[in-house]
Amino acid sequence: MVEMTSTALPRRKPLVLRYPSVAIFLIILSLFTAVVTILGEGFGIGVISTSFIKTLGKTLCLCLAALAMDLVWGYTGILSLGHMAFFGIGGYAIGMWLMYARTEIIVRDSLAAAALPPTPQEISDGIATQIFGVVGTSEFPPIWSLAHSFPLQLAAVVLVPGLLAFVFGWLAFRSRVTGVYLSILTQAMTLALSLYLFQNDSGLRGNNGLSGLQNLPGLEDVPQSTVSILFFWASALALGLGYVLCAWVVSGKFGSVIRAIRDDESRVRFLGYSVEAYKLFIFTFTAVICGIAGALYYPQAGIINPAEIAPIASIYLAVWVAIGGRGRLYGAVIGAAFVSLLSTWFTGGQAPDISVGFYTIQWVDWWTILLGLSFVAVTLFAPRGVGGLIDRFTERRAPDRHGADLGPDLGSLQEREADK
Amino acid sequence: MSTLLEVSGVSVSFDGFKAINNLTFQIGPAEMRAVIGPNGAGKTTFMDIITGKTKPDDGHVLWGDKSVSLLSMTESQIAQAGIGRKFQRPTVFEDQSVGENLMLALKNKRSPFAVLRFKPSQSDHEKVAQLAKEIGLEQALDRKSGELSHGQKQWLEIGMLLAQDPQLLLVDEPAAGMTPAEREHTTDILVEAAKTRAVVVIEHDMEFVRRLNCKVTVLHEGSVLAEGSLDHVTQDEKVIEVYLGR
Amino acid sequence: MMLPFKRAVLALLILAAPTLLQAQSAEAPVQQVLQTHADVIVKSSRKTIGPAIDALATSGLPEAQVVLERWQAKDMWVNKETGLFVFAEKADGGLQLFDVSDGSEIGIADRKQFKQLKPNSGIRGMIASALVQFRLNDPNPENRADALTAIERDAEASHLAALRGAIDTEDDADLKARKERLERLLTIRFDEDEAARLAAIESFAGDLGVDVRATLNPLVASEIQTAQQIPDGAVAVEVGSDDLTREQAYDLLVEAGLAPALVDTATVKEALIANISGDTVAGVQVASLNEDAARAAAYQLLADQGLADPLVTQNEIDKAIESHSFFRVYVGAPLPVALAAQATLQDIETQVALNQTADLVLDALSLASIYFLAAIGLAITFGVMGVINMAHGEFIMMGAYTGYVVQLFIPDLTLSILVAIPCAFMVTFGAGVLMERLVIRWLYHRPLETLLATFGVSIALQQLAKNIFGTQARPLTAPAWLDGSMVINDIVSISYIRIAIFILALLFLALFLIVMNRTRLGLEVRAVTQNPRMAASMGINPDRINMLTFGFGSGIAGIAGVAIGLYAKVTSEMGSDYIVQSFMTVVVGGVGNIWGTLLGATMVGTLQKGIEWLNPSNTLAAQTYMILFIILFIQFRPRGIIALKGRAAEA
Repeated sequence: MVEMTSTALPRRKPLVLRYPSVAIFLIILSLFTAVVTILGEGFGIGVISTSFIKTLGKTLCLCLAALAMDLVWGYTGILSLGHMAFFGIGGYAIGMWLMYARTEIIVRDSLAAAALPPTPQEISDGIATQIFGVVGTSEFPPIWSLAHSFPLQLAAVVLVPGLLAFVFGWLAFRSRVTGVYLSILTQAMTLALSLYLFQNDSGLRGNNGLSGLQNLPGLEDVPQSTVSILFFWASALALGLGYVLCAWVVSGKFGSVIRAIRDDESRVRFLGYSVEAYKLFIFTFTAVICGIAGALYYPQAGIINPAEIAPIASIYLAVWVAIGGRGRLYGAVIGAAFVSLLSTWFTGGQAPDISVGFYTIQWVDWWTILLGLSFVAVTLFAPRGVGGLIDRFTERRAPDRHGADLGPDLGSLQEREADK
Repeated sequence: MSTLLEVSGVSVSFDGFKAINNLTFQIGPAEMRAVIGPNGAGKTTFMDIITGKTKPDDGHVLWGDKSVSLLSMTESQIAQAGIGRKFQRPTVFEDQSVGENLMLALKNKRSPFAVLRFKPSQSDHEKVAQLAKEIGLEQALDRKSGELSHGQKQWLEIGMLLAQDPQLLLVDEPAAGMTPAEREHTTDILVEAAKTRAVVVIEHDMEFVRRLNCKVTVLHEGSVLAEGSLDHVTQDEKVIEVYLGR
Repeated sequence: MMLPFKRAVLALLILAAPTLLQAQSAEAPVQQVLQTHADVIVKSSRKTIGPAIDALATSGLPEAQVVLERWQAKDMWVNKETGLFVFAEKADGGLQLFDVSDGSEIGIADRKQFKQLKPNSGIRGMIASALVQFRLNDPNPENRADALTAIERDAEASHLAALRGAIDTEDDADLKARKERLERLLTIRFDEDEAARLAAIESFAGDLGVDVRATLNPLVASEIQTAQQIPDGAVAVEVGSDDLTREQAYDLLVEAGLAPALVDTATVKEALIANISGDTVAGVQVASLNEDAARAAAYQLLADQGLADPLVTQNEIDKAIESHSFFRVYVGAPLPVALAAQATLQDIETQVALNQTADLVLDALSLASIYFLAAIGLAITFGVMGVINMAHGEFIMMGAYTGYVVQLFIPDLTLSILVAIPCAFMVTFGAGVLMERLVIRWLYHRPLETLLATFGVSIALQQLAKNIFGTQARPLTAPAWLDGSMVINDIVSISYIRIAIFILALLFLALFLIVMNRTRLGLEVRAVTQNPRMAASMGINPDRINMLTFGFGSGIAGIAGVAIGLYAKVTSEMGSDYIVQSFMTVVVGGVGNIWGTLLGATMVGTLQKGIEWLNPSNTLAAQTYMILFIILFIQFRPRGIIALKGRAAEA
């Protein structure tokens, strides 16, 4: 008996060996980071411009968010159309501290010349006037009460998206909202949040958003070329850690359970697993990852405003994962990196226009159309995305009989229907 | 004999149609029971009620020595309490290997955090191997279960049911799509299981039921029409009328 | 040919001018009145002109009106020598003169002999208000109506008497009613007689007119005052209540000069800065003054040295407040009038609240019909076929742009709308069928993929519209008969477009019910929805049915687009403005049931209007709260208001 076990079920090997893709990914990511550092301005020979390094750093953050999306959609089958809301919240949380701390330095400098040394109240009023002048108020809204503290805002980066996801997920999963209903509900959530933030009295500067986030308080003397490399490293580190963490979550029995939930959640219930608890765990966990990704993204972008968490952003996240190939972590990373970089290239006006005699195709105008149509094409012809191509080489083909007809006629019951 | 599961006075209706009508049913801790009945008699709904998929409009469902009501529990809580179910159509997780399917079903802690930290122990591996052998899939542990034949999936699902180590097994048409030899093996497994736990089998095939050699409950229009040995119920006037028409 | 002759005549006339001028009567009564006030008239100063205008207006002379009018029109001149007033028009070679009393022609005179009276705008305004009483009795009803409008806009005490005098002679019933109403309003404002004012105030109980409230509101104006004792008729106000905080009470005392002003932090700071010597203030190190408490202490030292006003202590504040009374007095009118106005206003407010509710209900209904229009196509594709179409909003947009393009070719607005509706249906029907054939039919039973694929179509269509029509809004103009609104009273009104949309929504509901329940197509659709296999075996081609159903749903979205385009702007993003609300409507109502969609639209519309009413300044917040409410609603009724039960629901 024991002999047979050892042949049929090999002992658990370390994560990296069981999933060679993790090791490959980490090696590629390290190489990429090293190459970018060498080519960049901050510490290297300066072939790559600082702004492009920021683009690359931001792309890594988007890859991290896509990883979270893959976990929640590709592995657990919850098509959340609201994960960019958590990304945005993370950005706002860190942005509040960045803006507060930097404005504080400016205000202290300007008050230093005054006849009397400033009182704490004067400093606070000065900061508030600076920050909220654009929305016609000069008082701190209550949500800024922790903005002076870096550790507390850092905690908010994790806690606020986590808490929001937990409450929302608890409500939604408890009442068994699933499938497209859940998608629409999550979309409504992010729409509600962005509409709320668009108001001037939301306390977060309405549609002005938070700006000047690229300037790190206390590091004014460090050039942006260096700061950008630091953020690039931080993003790469976060992506690497996130990848390992996600790989660990999906590799073991937990991964087995969530994939089972994706494929047939009521069957999982009858096996005695609390499907709701698992979904809630994944939903909250991925929201936290998105929050962290956002907190790294926006200091590189320099500005955040409510348009960033409009429903469309979250749908793009789903698009990246779908194009990259869901249900595999490297697929999400490939999709996010490929599509977002391509998007930057096309919309940045760098792509050459194509002249077709009577009409010139300007990519700035036509890129979105190309993206939309290619998305339809991927859904129709390559539902497994780019990652599916890799499967062809690795022979990792999964049978999918769920949609198969039971009878020969058109419109006959299909396997999935017959179960119900 | 004490009672493991007691269903009393249960009714449920869908849009005015009474699927289950004042149904009463009992089963002991180590008993085999076959449930038969024509189409639409409410056999599947009956299982749905016990497993928590459908909430009845009326009646009680009590479980175990402590007579816990199952009606306020969720599907997963009922499953954890010790009721296992095999569906009419085999529903295994086709994207996962046979081994993973069995490991998923194996009786262990079910909470997310426990599962996250879970590492299969030696005895877990042994149990899985043992079950695989029992259901004739020991060579297929690493294969995707979606690649299995229909009959093999039936086996796998029975294996998953046993892996849960439930006190009550609800088995919906276990022998559908099996060869005669496989049926015999299924019978053996179920009879073996019934020595230590309760087994309820829904079946159309009278030969199969006869081989189970157990008490039979006949359902008709959502309530119990007759109960007793197979010979007894097949003699029953009402049962004959229902099955053969008047 | 004529010119030489004309010149000859003119020359003759100029020669004859002195004699002609003598022909002008200096004795005419109106000229006498003018002469009495000649100095101020010629001086033409706003401050002194009043008596002159009044004298003319009250002279009772029929020609006074003409004089005032022409004076106002800068047609009146004065003879520099004789001081007589004439009307004059510039003519070739000089001035054409007319008599002020009867307007008869006098002749042509040299410009240099006369001075034009140029009343400034202030004076012209005064003349205008004096003219009102003449116009009120003008034989032309239009002029009388104009005069009333002028008074309504800018009433003066003098109008009251004029108005009273013009009521009995009025023969037009409408105008008479207006005059009487205006007379009562002016009585409230200007009458000296309190009894008359009270009667007029009471007569307006329950009147919803904005003018009534505008008249009454100043009367009930009140303010909080302070004194040692409460005067008669004033209502005491408790200090520390919401009406009057302690700070406000003390501010009142300071304002009234009954207490010394508080020294605020800014004053403290200024005083300290003013007294800096070296690096100390009053012996305190400047560097240590970075706390309010430290600054106050330093200031106290300054005050002790007499270098600053002393700080007012809390004790002094308390004492000052306690030794005075605070009370509310009416400042807009004497007490009985104010109380009567208050009572009438309260009565009106009740009426207003009722009518506002009615207005709100109308608003909510019209919003609900827009949501219903936007959602009904979705209810068909999502509810009946189970297909999520994220491009539904873009079909709405496509319909609206179709309407815009049709209007480019057909200038007649009514006709163009009539043509646009079937055109929009055809365009979006075609687009829907195309999309079903190319995309959706490959994805049946994979709802999440459908959602994403149709989303791809959605962004592509949106950008395509942007490329073709640009980013700015395009007009879709409603025909004239849809302009304006049905006004029921000053509060309740509804625009005709909204009524039209409401009717359209009802028509769509009827259309849907007829198609689904009375036609072969509907029968087949229901059959395919319930059991595609059985339907197929009975000779129904589910492929064809799915295609037609999807086309039908999309076509309805196109028509909805025309309707919404008339009411809102046509932009490439208009679809995405409605898509989430449309899904909400369908989900809240319950999938697969048209009545559910109707209820859902009513609920979403009412909710949004209700929340907007609670927080009128902020429609964004209203939308936020509405979405939150719906998210919560879904928790408790996950299958919507009208939920299918049992096996059907699980399919």
